[in-house]
Amino acid sequence: MEPIISFSNFTFKYRTQVEPTLYDINLNIYPGEKVLIIGPSGSGKSTLAHCINGLVPFSYSGDITGEYSICGKDPKKMDIFGLSQMVGTVLQDTDGQFIGLTVAEDIAFALENDCVPGEEMKRKVDEVADTVHAKELLLNSPFALSGGQKQRVSMAGVLVDDVDILLFDEPLANLDPATGKTAIALIDEIHKTQKKTVLIIEHRLEDALYRDVDRIILVSEGRIVCDAKPDELLAGDLLREHGIREPLYVTALKHAGCTVTEDSHPAHIETLYTDLYKEKVKAWFESVSLPEKKPSSEEILSVSRLGFSYAPDKPVLKDVSFAIRRGEMTAIVGKNGAGKTTLSNLICGFLKPDAGEIFLEGKDITPLSVKERGEVVGLVMQNPNQMISKPMIYDEVALGLSVRGFPEEEIKERVYRVLKICGLYQFRNWPVGALSFGQKKRVTIASILVMDPKVIILDEPTAGQDYRHYTEIMEFLKYLNEGQGITILMITHDMHLMLEYTDRAIVLADGELLCDDKPARVLTDEALAQRAYLKKTSLYELADKCDIADPVMFTERFIYYERENHHGTSVNL
Amino acid sequence: MGRVLTYEEKDTWMHRLCGVTKFVFFLLWSMTSMMTYDTRILLVMVVLSIILYRTSRTRWRQVGAVFKFILLFLTINLIAIFFFSPGQGTKIYGTDTPLFHVVGPYVMNAEQLFYEFNVFLKYMTVVPAVFIFIVTTNPSEFAASLNRVGISYKFGYAFAIALRYIPDVQDDFRTIRNAQEARGIEMSKKAKLSSRIKNMAAIIFPLVFSSMDRIDVVSNAMELRGFGKNKKRTWYMARELKPLDYTVIIVTALASAVALFITYHDGNRFYNPFV
Repeated sequence: MEPIISFSNFTFKYRTQVEPTLYDINLNIYPGEKVLIIGPSGSGKSTLAHCINGLVPFSYSGDITGEYSICGKDPKKMDIFGLSQMVGTVLQDTDGQFIGLTVAEDIAFALENDCVPGEEMKRKVDEVADTVHAKELLLNSPFALSGGQKQRVSMAGVLVDDVDILLFDEPLANLDPATGKTAIALIDEIHKTQKKTVLIIEHRLEDALYRDVDRIILVSEGRIVCDAKPDELLAGDLLREHGIREPLYVTALKHAGCTVTEDSHPAHIETLYTDLYKEKVKAWFESVSLPEKKPSSEEILSVSRLGFSYAPDKPVLKDVSFAIRRGEMTAIVGKNGAGKTTLSNLICGFLKPDAGEIFLEGKDITPLSVKERGEVVGLVMQNPNQMISKPMIYDEVALGLSVRGFPEEEIKERVYRVLKICGLYQFRNWPVGALSFGQKKRVTIASILVMDPKVIILDEPTAGQDYRHYTEIMEFLKYLNEGQGITILMITHDMHLMLEYTDRAIVLADGELLCDDKPARVLTDEALAQRAYLKKTSLYELADKCDIADPVMFTERFIYYERENHHGTSVNL
Repeated sequence: MGRVLTYEEKDTWMHRLCGVTKFVFFLLWSMTSMMTYDTRILLVMVVLSIILYRTSRTRWRQVGAVFKFILLFLTINLIAIFFFSPGQGTKIYGTDTPLFHVVGPYVMNAEQLFYEFNVFLKYMTVVPAVFIFIVTTNPSEFAASLNRVGISYKFGYAFAIALRYIPDVQDDFRTIRNAQEARGIEMSKKAKLSSRIKNMAAIIFPLVFSSMDRIDVVSNAMELRGFGKNKKRTWYMARELKPLDYTVIIVTALASAVALFITYHDGNRFYNPFV
């Protein structure tokens, strides 16, 4: 069979860069295959995807050497429109790719550009909407949809063109875990019923493997380092070496000293054959002991019977009460739209509660203005570009102090101290523009820290980050929490983050507080996970398969062991 | 959450009109208002715009903030006219009827006051028309209409997408303002106007950068789905012109002609109550 996508000795260098981004790529993908492309940020996996959909070289120009073909044609001799007839791309940022004002228009966009007449267009849109189960959404605005619905609509917008190849660029990036699972299942359904060739680019390997793929291609530093079946790749050590997180159950097996083999089918926890591993896993479980961590008894932030709504009959938050103790690292979790952001907006004073009170160190902060609260509770937004307002790092970090009229000397001293804590001291005279995303994130954290807040709230601190950057940011936060005694509250739907780094999880669903407990317990409770759109951790199933009676304890011990042995204890400052 | 100057789906005859009809109306209406200084016509137009504003079921929260902003500029404008050319009224109407002394050499006379009243009326006729047009016209349908009257669809789409991003940019603005306020950059009424204007930079800078990110993503998304491939395109939201549309266009054209005739039949565009 002829490959539908073929690269041979392919090298690509962006015009604006000195070194090539892709080196010597040799890759064949055959019609009807489903292939997962993984790699850390900056590995070149997105560039590879851009070469396939035509953004390279038509939107991002550069030098190509070697040969490649898509559907038997040479893309260099085509244009981006010709390629878009063969390759449909679902972009990572579903919000950004919506063009139409209604779902129907958005799905029809490609047809409109193809001059399809009105009647035929309406019929096709209906048909495709049906395929992705989005027919009832046609007249809605794409922005009013939930994360999962958005994903379905963007798939429809691409399917409508009747392309041969579907390319999904990090489809899981903005989805809560349960919705992510549904998305992967839908991709699988489309792959099977529509007979398309499917390429998925993702770094969340465990979630992406929720349904079978034929092959995994691992890209690192611009080269393909592995092209293998999932079972084969998971049995080896390549993933860890290249900064990709293995499925948790695989890591657990490796910690327990098991040699994971291809024959045991490690690609899915459901198919994993554990007889060989059972005894070792049990022995390991017994050998790890967990130190008791004594939480401080002093409450620093508490909310009591908090209620809020935009419209009288649609409460966004109902009767939410909890207390955070000094020095805790807590996660607020729940699906998109559960009220997490509203909660942080209420705490920061951007919104006024309809009912209930918020206390900081026992004092009611309701009468305080946004600015006054900002001195005790700092908020770090998800996207650093939404916060940074000065071109120079020093000025950005100093901003909060200088608008409060602190003397120049004190500002300098405090800014330098914070820059040192954040590992940014050597960059103090740099422009912000020269920093990487992770470094910008640190700048925004520094600009909050400089005001000496008692509590820091972070909105999705690691969204869109690969495992290495995720670890870097989280280890830094852990250092702030443990080394500097700062109380940290994180809004997230990253289950790994919550499991690995937080002491407590506050679970919200439909505006209500569902649960306030240890993360390991939250993620091993099937019923709870389902209501909150979370996903039960695969460690639970592994414990189950290995006849370990206490899966919660197993999960906790695993996390403890993982932290102690693999992350290292200090951040590289 | 209240969004300002954004299309809202409602069922009124104005919402049912084609975008192109409303555009033609808007152009003729503004042109008439710009050309005429005939107070009688301007008064009729003001009354008409209030009626139209009412029937379009536009809510105050959709336009209120912008209206206040325009009023502020209008006031500055009127004051500036007086100080830069206090004799404009006399020049136009030929008489000088002093009313009261303002400051230094400046004396307000009836003619000047009347002239500036006319300027005020002009604003009051055009502003509601702009509001009605924006809040009752579906941007994509409007782009489709523009394309139909022969304007390049790329231009029409640029326009539509700008309208479509108004709500997004407003949301961004709100989030950024909140975060900056928490850092101590006071944007509420507590701060002095001068420092509020200065502090605006702290919001505009991040707003521009996050909007640039947006533009990059959406232009890629559009290209990947074939935008700009052909000279023509079709429109999902396209609407046929209906009898009501033709009626509105004809009535508007006739009314403008009549208004301009009344304005100009005595040789100049001013209505003079002073002689």
